[in-house]
Amino acid sequence: MSDQSVTVARVQEIVAAHQGLEGPLLPILHAVQAAFGHVPEAAVPVIAEALNLGRAEVHGVMSFYHDFREAPAGRHVVKLCRAESCQSVGADRVAAHAQARLGVDWHGTTADGAVTLEPVFCLGLCACGPAAMVDGRLIGRVDEARLDAIVAEVR
Amino acid sequence: MKIYVPRDAAARALGADAVVAALRAEAGRRGVDVTIIRNGSRGMVWLEPLVEVETAQGRVAFGPMVPEAVAQIFDGGALSLGLTDELPWLKGQTRLTFARCGLIDPLSLADYRAHGGLEGLSRALTLPGAEIVREVTESGLRGRGGAGFPTGIKWKTVHDAAGPQKYIVCNADEGDSGTFADRMIMEGDPFVLIEGMAIAGLAVGATKGFVYIRSEYPDAIEVMTAAVEVARAEGVLGASVLGSDRGFDIEIRVGAGAYVCGEETSLLNSLEGKRGVVRAKPPLPALQGFMGRPTVVNNVISLASVPVILARGAAYYAGFGLGRSRGTIPLQIAGNVKQGGLYEVAFGLTLRQIVEEIGGGTASGRPVKAVQVGGPLGAYLAPHQFDIPFGYEEYSGQSALIGHAGLTVFDDSADMLKLARFAMEFCAIESCGKCTPCRIGAVRGVETLDRIGRGDSAAIPLLTDLCETMKSGSLCALGGFTPYPVMSALTHFPDDFAAQAKEAAE
Repeated sequence: MSDQSVTVARVQEIVAAHQGLEGPLLPILHAVQAAFGHVPEAAVPVIAEALNLGRAEVHGVMSFYHDFREAPAGRHVVKLCRAESCQSVGADRVAAHAQARLGVDWHGTTADGAVTLEPVFCLGLCACGPAAMVDGRLIGRVDEARLDAIVAEVR
Repeated sequence: MKIYVPRDAAARALGADAVVAALRAEAGRRGVDVTIIRNGSRGMVWLEPLVEVETAQGRVAFGPMVPEAVAQIFDGGALSLGLTDELPWLKGQTRLTFARCGLIDPLSLADYRAHGGLEGLSRALTLPGAEIVREVTESGLRGRGGAGFPTGIKWKTVHDAAGPQKYIVCNADEGDSGTFADRMIMEGDPFVLIEGMAIAGLAVGATKGFVYIRSEYPDAIEVMTAAVEVARAEGVLGASVLGSDRGFDIEIRVGAGAYVCGEETSLLNSLEGKRGVVRAKPPLPALQGFMGRPTVVNNVISLASVPVILARGAAYYAGFGLGRSRGTIPLQIAGNVKQGGLYEVAFGLTLRQIVEEIGGGTASGRPVKAVQVGGPLGAYLAPHQFDIPFGYEEYSGQSALIGHAGLTVFDDSADMLKLARFAMEFCAIESCGKCTPCRIGAVRGVETLDRIGRGDSAAIPLLTDLCETMKSGSLCALGGFTPYPVMSALTHFPDDFAAQAKEAAE
């Protein structure tokens, strides 16, 4: 089977597993992204067909939400909170340090494909900021030194 | 030896998992048999990870614990804080909604029952729906998500509506910076939310519930998912709630990083699998909500406060508070503060008491410049306003809002122009795009604030005018309330807007 047909088959499985839900599109997109690391272009028509939606509608939903990616991220994803509570304890400074250290802007991936840097607005760690999420793991009180340690760990 | 180490996201973000590993290793070396329970947080975030040891006298606390110091848990030492119940931070609180949070194993239904859990639901099963609604109405409970709408009245609308299927939707899309009460209760006492939703279902005649949790809360998603499974297996949820002939079940749904989905109609669209675009009201979600059917949409804390109201009675709950703000409110003290965390108390404290006495002032030790109350859409309050009591009407009288009761403290290094610009930038990024004042206004707001930043004071009236348009012309609170932080910053901290101009002129 070609890569394309493998993708389509896997997406069909995922869609079938969610068909009984009321309003299944978001759970399906989450599951597809969990399986592939992003929502492959080939998945869109499969989902659209199964849910009796237009491709544009599925694409429209996908592109509305910050979480869904059209292309894979780097091997590691570092999210830094940009919200007010974290700002009050130096998040802007830490973010600037991260951008300089990694040589990328928000949403950028390092040239070696190791790290994608993303902003996030609140991780619920507002009494122990600045907060970060590294590959789904939460870290509180992130300063420049801790950020360097995070980068060293994932690179 | 029974030892508690929180599995709360804040505790884990501060190293609780590493503490558990070190603790197990230390216990192994000493040949001590330990049972480690991963409880919720007691809310004292500055002491996390807060480890507790069960003793004959009560639970003894150690914190903030680090892996290198776990020997102190066995031998005592500098990190020992004495009996947890005697800690002043806990003693000063009135914990009704958070009564069990941090106390019990979050996923033990036996623990939950042993601490008064399911009493409210058991009582609700003996009452007709209208009686439950009346009880909640009389308790004076208002929506804790921010809008402060009376919960009982919302329920009555759904109760009286006809429909083949009604729904209870729990809004757990807690996106406001400075707030973490929803996260804490979901991670620390998930059954109280499940019980509250089941009671809501009985009250209005709904048999299906959804909890819409933001994807930024992986721990809450994990605990809630597991708790729903336990509740189903133990007959709390399912076709026969606690052995009755009434059914209620819950499904956990995960958001996808859109702040606006915390707005109820946008959340409903998201739940239906659509773009999270705001719907015009009317129709009210209570009449045409999820899938066009009658739906209760309530915040986590509103629903989690229902079990105690049913268990102890409306009068008991209404006995706390001031004016039309009845009951207790979980204050979330955040940002640049020495003792940050969650503090549940009756309405009525002043901001000064909250920030200076309970919070202990700023973490940096510098003077407090401003406190943003109610998240990114809440006003910045200046020290001269710190004596107003914490209540819905009291705050709206100051062109402020209590929102979800999150308080973010800033020290005197805060640049209020920059924060005002951030509010507009955030609104521009997160706008759903449906209404023009929000979609375009926020972008123009950033540009206008940049002009002010460059020293163009002629742009200030323009900003004021723009805020007026956004406030009265936006479809929902995102565009409608963004003017709160912007205008409060401009009004109370004019120097920050003028100083920039001066620098540029020089």
